[in-house]
Amino acid sequence: MTTSILTYIWGIPILAALALIVVPRNYRVPIRALAVLATLISAVLAVKMFCDFGAAQPDAYGYRFVQQIPWVDSLGISYHVGVDGLNVGLILMGAIVAFAATLCAFEIQTREKEFYILVLVMSGGILGAFASLDLFFFYFLHELALVPTFIMIGVWGRGDKKNYAAFQMTLYLTVGALIALIGLIALYLQAGANTFDIPKLVEHVKATPLPEAAQNFIFPLLLFGFGILVSLWPFHSWAPLGYGVAPSPTAMLHAGVLKKFGLYGLIRIALPMLPVAAHQWANVIALLCVGNLLYIGWVAMRQRDLNLLIGNSSVAHMGFIFLGIASLNVIGVSGAVFIMVAHGFLAALTFALSGYIYQQTGTLQMSELGGLCRKLPFIGAALLMAAMAGCGLPGFANFVGEVTVFFGAWKAFPVITVFALWGALVIGGVYMTRAIRQVLHGPLPEKWHALPDASSTWRKLPYALLLASLLVFGFWPRLLTDKIAPAAATVLPPLVQAGAAPAANVSPLAAAGSRQLALENK
Amino acid sequence: MNSSLVKLEMCVIGFGLVLMLADVFVAPERRRFIGYAAIGVLGILFLTCLGNDGLAGTAFNGAYINDGLALFFKRLFLVATILVLFIAVEFADRMAAVTEYFSLIFFALAGMLFAASANDFAMLFVSLELITITFYVLVSFQRNQPASLEAGVKYLILGALSSAFLIFGIALVWGTTGKLNFTALAAVAPQFADSKVFLLGVLLVLVGIGFKIAVFPFQIWAPDVYQGAPTPTTAFLAIGSKAAGFVLLLRFLFTAVPAVTVHGANFLIIISGITILYGNLCALPQRNLKRLLGYSSISHAGYLLLGVAALNANGQAAVMYYLGGYLFTVLAAFLVIALALRHLDVADISGLAGLNQRSPLLAATMTISMVSLAGIPPLAGFFGKFLLLKSAIEAAQTTGNHGYYCLVFTALAGVVISLYYYFGVIRVMYWSKEVKDLSPIELSAPAMVTAWVCIGGMFWIGLFPNTLLSLANAAAGALKL
Repeated sequence: MTTSILTYIWGIPILAALALIVVPRNYRVPIRALAVLATLISAVLAVKMFCDFGAAQPDAYGYRFVQQIPWVDSLGISYHVGVDGLNVGLILMGAIVAFAATLCAFEIQTREKEFYILVLVMSGGILGAFASLDLFFFYFLHELALVPTFIMIGVWGRGDKKNYAAFQMTLYLTVGALIALIGLIALYLQAGANTFDIPKLVEHVKATPLPEAAQNFIFPLLLFGFGILVSLWPFHSWAPLGYGVAPSPTAMLHAGVLKKFGLYGLIRIALPMLPVAAHQWANVIALLCVGNLLYIGWVAMRQRDLNLLIGNSSVAHMGFIFLGIASLNVIGVSGAVFIMVAHGFLAALTFALSGYIYQQTGTLQMSELGGLCRKLPFIGAALLMAAMAGCGLPGFANFVGEVTVFFGAWKAFPVITVFALWGALVIGGVYMTRAIRQVLHGPLPEKWHALPDASSTWRKLPYALLLASLLVFGFWPRLLTDKIAPAAATVLPPLVQAGAAPAANVSPLAAAGSRQLALENK
Repeated sequence: MNSSLVKLEMCVIGFGLVLMLADVFVAPERRRFIGYAAIGVLGILFLTCLGNDGLAGTAFNGAYINDGLALFFKRLFLVATILVLFIAVEFADRMAAVTEYFSLIFFALAGMLFAASANDFAMLFVSLELITITFYVLVSFQRNQPASLEAGVKYLILGALSSAFLIFGIALVWGTTGKLNFTALAAVAPQFADSKVFLLGVLLVLVGIGFKIAVFPFQIWAPDVYQGAPTPTTAFLAIGSKAAGFVLLLRFLFTAVPAVTVHGANFLIIISGITILYGNLCALPQRNLKRLLGYSSISHAGYLLLGVAALNANGQAAVMYYLGGYLFTVLAAFLVIALALRHLDVADISGLAGLNQRSPLLAATMTISMVSLAGIPPLAGFFGKFLLLKSAIEAAQTTGNHGYYCLVFTALAGVVISLYYYFGVIRVMYWSKEVKDLSPIELSAPAMVTAWVCIGGMFWIGLFPNTLLSLANAAAGALKL
């Protein structure tokens, strides 16, 4: 079998990291060039993969660009990569964010070599995890990407709280990952198919469903294990502080890409394999996501530090995705996947911009900033657009995803959808516009008169790239929704599909509400 | 009797005697080469005697057995001894009469090889005593250092106590059943499964073995002895002595008294859980690196016991796989301690400060070793822990015993706690603020090779588990679970 393009997408950053080990540390420019080049190749390949997606021939399980190599036969573990509609967008987003994050690593001035190695391992690991169709590698590669996060925050973090934040994040995320690991092992053993292969496991479980008691034991392990990784309320407290002190490339990669791993795991593994439990636990997910949307939204309103505000807002956005998953219908899950992609670009963009401001001013206290738009027209405009995308302005990709989730969730959870709308439109609007007013508008303090804007093309590129991605998917969501919807239909529990008539009724409504959704052709 | 079966053990003992003689004939400055000769001999023995599985069979009226389990552990012991000898050669300048030290290592190895094949209480006791008594000397070998002597005395007193328990247990088992051979014992054990005296005997035998592997509540000697003993001895204790304890434990539990073992799941679960928590929690405040690794080795005994407690073939295979990975991991750590902290009387963690500038290779070796001990992919420790957890969850699903889930979550808590102190070691090496000494560390070529072998071993076992896993599965098959 030929090597899949996916193997190159995640393998090239890892190879570059290995190559960097032997480069002497005083070769600063080659180190940086190699890292940027590796992530650029990876991003270009991801774009190519995304464009070729329609033309590629799907295999028997509906996955494209498949490659499989046996690894441990006695346990049924194999290296198996492939994409369908659920992860094609995530891989594209991950590769672009990784490229942008590497470009933003300008701000790192000490021990650059180690930093670039860690960024590359993190990028490669998480792209590999998204591409994996094998439970073991799925977990293995995520763990590989997770550990560099802790090191980067502990070593290159900002401020006095970095050790505390790194320690808290390590504790939370390791616990989450290990709980999820126990859930995955229990799932593998319970299925009894002696394979870690996700397509085969799904097929096996569809033919012989797991007993309800077992499903109800494994599902919460996955939900809370992955939930901790995704900062599901009330397990979120690591996130704002961790992102607040993290160097911006780390925050971009973690908040943008790594965090989506847990959500992707829920959709890819928990929904199709544990349909009965998913149905029973949907109410719990929906209730918890109100915590994300409203509670964290309110917390965000009171923040005085721009990074803590962005961190809290990123936690709040997870609520939409959980709501989409809890709705358990094609529209809701498609919307959830769409927000995952959109939020990846958005979170990376906002953390990159706040990182630039911190680097120039040395502070992110909003009371000390002000009027920056005059001195930083490019950065300011980008931050304004990112903030608008964050409160769901049409034209940005987030709007499409959020609206789709609302349509999907309305039938199942009307009250919670109202709360979510309130969280999206009112609370999000309040804290985002307030932040914009305090940071970008108003009088410019004397000390910031000499601030330089991002001048060269290279410095502007990461922001422009992320912003452009948000706009492309905002104006042309069919690029993604056409791919997501059929895949979302396959992961949904047959239980719900059988009684899907009410949910399906929403479909024309969704189409009428927003013609661009184009979900009716699923 | 088929005496050719024991040729490996005979060769090891014979060469140990030759080494003692060589001490008289070789000039002191050339003793380093005796170490390399010893390594060469072991390498040849490994290739000739253990290159294939042709040695299978029993000897001495069934007291000695060579099966898959024995062969797996014999390979493990030989590889461990070769690497320990490399460390010992680097350590040689700090010890008088180093040739004697090498020959003692050979006698301990012979004891381990016999232990791997022990199928009889007499063989079990003799091999265990051969290991333990040799280690009394090995631990107190640096006679000019009080710490080493103190460790030796502690090990002697507690070791003698545990031997007394062991022999008392053997006496009770023999008194009730009249059998010393494991195979014969297994046949009659079900009749005695309710006899309190018999069960007390089994328990006391487990006490004796538990002392070797340092499980709670017989772990008390480990930190002191690890700290005081010469570094090569500590390394040999950490892997050789522990693995010998485990092969005897597996053999005893699953071939001698399986009728008792099947009822012992909860007992093993509780011991394993307490050992994991004790080792990890006590390691947290340690500043002495060897002491820290002593506590860490207690916690790893707990993880290994988790696989034993699963009472299924996969669990025992996981134990062996884990030991295989642990071998390279822990020897890498002790190699770095022997080389980087050679100028210090006390192996304080701060002695590693700035190691990444003094010797990048040693710093990388130590980092990889700590990361593997913490169980992070893609290294040996991760796949080992994965297999152990998998076997415990499997046991929970097949037996319906929820104690296994409690144990799994305890192990999980242990892993999270351990991240703190393992990463603490890494932080000192790379990010210490006060670095006093930045002189580069000169490494001999064999030391560099050893470091690379350990690194390679950790990656190989973590990334290509097939070979070791099939060997471990074959070995676990010998237990007929």
